[in-house]
Amino acid sequence: MGACMLSRTADHLYWMSRYTERAENLARMLDVNCRMTLLRQEEDVVRRRWTSTLATVGQLEPFLAAHGVVTQASAIDWISFERSNPGSIDQCLDRARDNAHAVRGTLTSETWETLNATWLEIRRFRRDTVSSQAPGDFFEWVKFRSHLARGVIQGTMLQDDALEFTLLGTYLERADNTARILDARFEFLAPEAAKSDDAGDYYEWSALLRSVSAFEIYRKVYRDLITPRRVAELLILREPMPRSLRHCMSRVQQTLVKVANSRSSETLRRAGEIHAALQYGRIEDALEEGLRSYLSGFLERTSDLGARIARDFLVSEATA
Amino acid sequence: MGTAPIFNEMNADDASVRPHYSPYAEWLAATPGERILEKRAEADTLFRRAGITFAVYGDETGTERLIPFDIVPRIIPAGEWSGLQRGLRQRVTALNAFLHDVYHDQEILKAGKIPAEQVLCNVQYRPEMQGLNLPMDVYAHIAGIDLVRAGAGEYYVLEDNLRVPSGVSYMLEDRKAMMRLFPELFARYSVAPVEHYPDLLLETLRAVAPGGVRDPTVVLLTPGAHNSAYFEHAFLAQQMGIELVEGQDLFVDDEIVYMRTTQGPQRVDVIYRRIDDDFLDPLAFRPDSMLGVPGLLAAYRAGRVAISNAVGTGIADDKSTYPYVPEMIRFYLGEEPILANVPTYILRKPEDLAYALDHLDELVVKEVHGAGGYGMLIGPRASRGEIAEFRARIIADPARYIAQPTLSLSACPTFVESGLAPRHVDLRPFVLSGRDIVMVPGGLTRVALREGSLVVNSSQGGGTKDTWVLAC
Repeated sequence: MGACMLSRTADHLYWMSRYTERAENLARMLDVNCRMTLLRQEEDVVRRRWTSTLATVGQLEPFLAAHGVVTQASAIDWISFERSNPGSIDQCLDRARDNAHAVRGTLTSETWETLNATWLEIRRFRRDTVSSQAPGDFFEWVKFRSHLARGVIQGTMLQDDALEFTLLGTYLERADNTARILDARFEFLAPEAAKSDDAGDYYEWSALLRSVSAFEIYRKVYRDLITPRRVAELLILREPMPRSLRHCMSRVQQTLVKVANSRSSETLRRAGEIHAALQYGRIEDALEEGLRSYLSGFLERTSDLGARIARDFLVSEATA
Repeated sequence: MGTAPIFNEMNADDASVRPHYSPYAEWLAATPGERILEKRAEADTLFRRAGITFAVYGDETGTERLIPFDIVPRIIPAGEWSGLQRGLRQRVTALNAFLHDVYHDQEILKAGKIPAEQVLCNVQYRPEMQGLNLPMDVYAHIAGIDLVRAGAGEYYVLEDNLRVPSGVSYMLEDRKAMMRLFPELFARYSVAPVEHYPDLLLETLRAVAPGGVRDPTVVLLTPGAHNSAYFEHAFLAQQMGIELVEGQDLFVDDEIVYMRTTQGPQRVDVIYRRIDDDFLDPLAFRPDSMLGVPGLLAAYRAGRVAISNAVGTGIADDKSTYPYVPEMIRFYLGEEPILANVPTYILRKPEDLAYALDHLDELVVKEVHGAGGYGMLIGPRASRGEIAEFRARIIADPARYIAQPTLSLSACPTFVESGLAPRHVDLRPFVLSGRDIVMVPGGLTRVALREGSLVVNSSQGGGTKDTWVLAC
């Protein structure tokens, strides 16, 4: 066992990386939506698309309460910058930085400075310009700041429990986010689409793949037409795909093995169970069950896992 | 006294450059103005990106403000420093002897050297400490002694900071920035290094662990990320490789202190605390404190944990105790003080009070428990209304105040809007007492950036400079 670390420190590191990862995935989701809007600009399609996106990130109700009508610019603004929206990119980066600030002594100075610089630099983007004219640059920037943070963490931090809790946050968040992105797409397209091997709307599926950096990977893995069934398989069951549910849960499980303590055996067992279902599962069975029901089951289990991790490691009770 | 001569650190009275500044002056003359501007901007970026900030209380907009950093170093010749060092060592030794005495036999009070009621009725005197034995009898493990230079360049001790002195991180960051910005200057000067301060500090903290602990676990206790000195707390914890903890991370069980870790409770032996006595333990001090650890004082009194600085050191750095420090040096060490005190009027004494009330327009009046430059009157700079208001406060409670002549603090050339101009400076060396008394050469030089201002506190818009003690 390495030197142990404060539960509170682990908590801050875990949330620092969860919020960083969440900001990145929000940017990915918005980016792909903007691209798709360029292809199909019918008003009702655009509105349905953004409504679906707001629902995916759990923001539809507060958004409607504030704006009434869904438009592209207002949705982008809401998800990117709205301060009263705790789930906006701006607020995620703010919280990532707050968490880093609370443990800046545990981070390498490069890591702290990267997160601090992100927080300082977001102010140079002007809300109105980003949402109505050139959102792409902003999304690209968010993604690269996240890449940079991850690279700096892995390239400079000591390989101890502090790093493990940072990774735990990243992969658990990514598993959750990929599942949500997938769920939203299947809902937006055709609920039954995945059952057929009909190529459907090629652009919709390729956009989904691009949103999780999987377009080139798909080509490499399948060397074939893009079909909804294979897209689902790639993003759920393929281990080598770094944003797939299976890959993420495999990393979560490995990390939990490394940081295990006397309370965490049940948490580890559940993580193993989720991973095993992905490792030995077949996409046909998931489609048979219905992809949306399959994914919501997955989201429930990962959220339970998150709660258990918090209880076992992050807010440890006084054992006195 | 506004017309008193001001000692300039760089230039002598005949406008010639003092010898230890001449290599710098030559370099400055040969360096184009644009390059200096560039370097100043670069320094700003360095500090901002690293988040080397200071939170200012009562300022909503600038909750995280940079402390202005000035690129002109404050240079101290080797011989001058060695005299200061001897004086600091002597003074801190006497202050620790005083603390041990006050909390044991109180010989100095019995001898009538300091009025007993002034010590024993002071809120900074902690009865909880009476009779408690500490490792090596040391109370103030970390002391920040503020020095100033007056008219002819003579040094005075302005105050002793023995509770939670701060600023050492700026000393270290200023040096790092100077070496990065101006490596060529370090080729011209042989500057004594300060970078090993965290090692000396850790060594000191380990040395004062409770007896019998072989490999003590040391932690730094911070009030949290919103405290004004949080940057320093995180910085020092990181530099020493110790955990930075908040009160909620610690708990006491059966008079043993533990921290909550991902692997369960781990025992803590030494707490370098950066919170005041009042907040340490809600069971012993302020019950409303959310920052402290319930039961900590009991564990401390049982000798199961060391707290650094010790509880109750405030009685030795209280401004009402300050006038008696030269007497302490004579009493405990049988020596004459090497470093002078600023002459001080103790307003609890009727004759001093009468004098002060007659001369408020030329005196500096300070609250005895105040710190950080808050709640003071600088007579020569105050308006009539301010003086009248302060006069009423003094008359209402004279024992709360001391008064000193307004010293014309020495000035050091500093970059301001209009270019290079002299600004007042002070110096805070950090003295560590554990098994030995050690210090790194130099300290934190603070500079009052506003023209004519004597207030160097960072909470009041002061800046900092790198301090170079020359190695030879």
